[in-house]
Amino acid sequence: MALVWTEEQQMLREISRTFLDEHAPVDELRRIRDEVDPDGFSRPLWKAMAELGWAGIPFSEEHGGAGLGYTELGVVMRECGRTLAATPLVGSVLLGGTAVALAGNETQRKEILTPLCSGERLLTAAIQENAHHQPTHVATSARRDGNDWVLSGTKDFVIDGHVADQLVVVARVSGDIDDRDGLGLFLVDGDAGQLSRHRRSMTDGRNVAQIVLDDVRVPEAAALGEPGRGADWLDATLDRATAGLCAEMLGGIEAVFDRTLAYLKVREQFGVPIGSFQALKHRAAKMFIELELSKTVVLEALQALDANADDAPRLVSIAKATLGDAAQRISDEGVQMHGGIGVTDEEDVGLFLKRCRVQQRTFGDTRYQRDRVASLNGF
Amino acid sequence: MSDLDALETFRQEVREFLEAECPATMRGPADPTGTMNWGGRKREFFQPEEDGERWMQTMAERGWTVPTWPKEYGGGGLDTAHARVLAQEMARIQAKPPLTNLGITMLGPTLLEYGNEEQKQEHLRAIVEGRIRWCQGYSEPGAGSDLASLQTRCEDEGDHFRINGQKIWTTYADKSDWIFCLVRTDPDSPKHEGISFVLIDMDQPGVTTTPIKLISGSSPFCQTFFEDARAEKKDLVGPLNGGWTIAKRLLQFERMSIGGMDSARTRGPRRATLAELAKQQFGEQDGRLAEPGLRDEIAAFDIADHAMRSTMRRAADEARSGGEVGTASSIFKYLATENNKRRQEIRVEILGMQGLGWEGEGFEAEHLQTTRDWLRSKANSIEGGTSEVQLNIIAKRVLGLPD
Repeated sequence: MALVWTEEQQMLREISRTFLDEHAPVDELRRIRDEVDPDGFSRPLWKAMAELGWAGIPFSEEHGGAGLGYTELGVVMRECGRTLAATPLVGSVLLGGTAVALAGNETQRKEILTPLCSGERLLTAAIQENAHHQPTHVATSARRDGNDWVLSGTKDFVIDGHVADQLVVVARVSGDIDDRDGLGLFLVDGDAGQLSRHRRSMTDGRNVAQIVLDDVRVPEAAALGEPGRGADWLDATLDRATAGLCAEMLGGIEAVFDRTLAYLKVREQFGVPIGSFQALKHRAAKMFIELELSKTVVLEALQALDANADDAPRLVSIAKATLGDAAQRISDEGVQMHGGIGVTDEEDVGLFLKRCRVQQRTFGDTRYQRDRVASLNGF
Repeated sequence: MSDLDALETFRQEVREFLEAECPATMRGPADPTGTMNWGGRKREFFQPEEDGERWMQTMAERGWTVPTWPKEYGGGGLDTAHARVLAQEMARIQAKPPLTNLGITMLGPTLLEYGNEEQKQEHLRAIVEGRIRWCQGYSEPGAGSDLASLQTRCEDEGDHFRINGQKIWTTYADKSDWIFCLVRTDPDSPKHEGISFVLIDMDQPGVTTTPIKLISGSSPFCQTFFEDARAEKKDLVGPLNGGWTIAKRLLQFERMSIGGMDSARTRGPRRATLAELAKQQFGEQDGRLAEPGLRDEIAAFDIADHAMRSTMRRAADEARSGGEVGTASSIFKYLATENNKRRQEIRVEILGMQGLGWEGEGFEAEHLQTTRDWLRSKANSIEGGTSEVQLNIIAKRVLGLPD
């Protein structure tokens, strides 16, 4: 398959860009943040996005989706990254929806994906238990009681966990804390009894939640896939979510680079544009090179996922590692090259830096991805 | 017949042809010392020489020493799809390159764009047939990255040109027959506007060469001296004083060939990967390389290498749908050479003191080669335009940053 965006994907990109420029420019994030919006995103905007079909891009048409792929979802994510649009796309679509689509049975898919695709229901996945991404590091337990499952434990940094209608909770039905075997995926209502959630605001203006499960009881039908064999579904879900997040990161660093390059051409010191200084030119060229590599690996990972290619997991980790490094360099250089204005809240570039760092840690930082690539490459 | 069927038919023909015509001695990994079928008047071929020469001539008869050049100039006339099939079938039997020559990668593509009909007829066919070996006369002792400050004088003597000056880093000049040369034809104009591009036969008393020994111990480069040397009027390419545009275009072709080459993989028998080598040295623990710092470093390199290769593939796919080839060549020259240096540096690091042996007993040949390759790689980011020059080009041409 040619490593280029198709004409249809480019058209989707144009449409997305026009929509986001009008309805979700960077100032919209400032507004949500400063007004301490209870949701952390705009409900009317999300409704409009769902009407465009964005909440169901990769899901089948019989479940209300668009029947397209993660590559198309990546196109939209990339444009959201450009304007820092705060949306439930990562939590609800990339994580929750993907888990249901991959691991759920037909009844679950129909029941959950249909309202998810229309934007009425919000999902997320509760995976992490501490500050670091280690998907099998799960202490939260799922205990059998009659026909029910009883969940106990604490989940943290659950994306949009404070507003999700349903959570896909990763819990352990057997084994020890870091075992791959013994994991299960369970659907839990956000307002279930014995469940408490605590909103935590992150540096990028987005929200996560700590979720405490204190003997939360769910029926047998709440299990996604066979409890105990959830690690493979979890990996597959995370690969898709990670690739989607990489696409959002790409849009973000493109925006930083565009702003920085423009600034280098107009900002004058010592009587000349600062972009004429070789000390800055070479660094700008290196940013450009990393951006070109980033464009490649994001598209490659998305295409591999949609083709169900065997090496998709490796390509996803390559993408996340590459984007992590690129985001570090480009966001840092973006701020530095803007000088004093770069560290003000008024200038956008600092907001991108904050979003970059959260994205870099989400679903595993560069060090984590290198470790995974080494393992997948057999060393 | 569909395109795909036609390609498959072609593949069968190529396969049968190669099976019948490629000598057994011309199959298998290339010689790690860098011996090639260079052809030329000084006749340098793979060993055994008769087989090397026969292999070159067999392929040249079909124009397959340079498969994509037009048939009218001796080339194979193949489009990229057919040329890829030929390359795949040659790789399948590990056929050695039938001919290697700077004429193929640099001068030829430039002449195709800027040469007149007579020049194309004379020089392209001689390249295809391996009769003339070319070298490059660009850099001078005082003109490296600032190439346009070159001083080699070229004076009009009526029926011919007279050349005086000195070129440096002329690759294999001591073994070459002709040199394509940048010379100053107008010392009074601004420096970019007084340069011409001429072709010079080196078989004359006014041209002498001396090799330069590198830190790797090999001497691929020379100095070339011109003392009242003669160039024919017909061998001026493009207009008088209009050589700089042609010079830059040729550099793009050179960077593409450097960006596309990968000495560690295309030359010699398959080497152990960095991970394999590290496992041999440090062992494994729970299926992981036992040295965690090195494991992280190798993984980081593998990721960077993968991203570069895939980006080359993306650039090729984009070019097929009408993109530009020029700007990409600066990125890939920079990345390929910097990555190769990084690869060689990690390789010698893994081997410890064994990776720094020079000669004599107690060292394996493969490890001695590793030392030489590591030192040779230091020139990668200097030759063909330094990494700093590539970054300047990206900043100016691609990003539009002001001077």
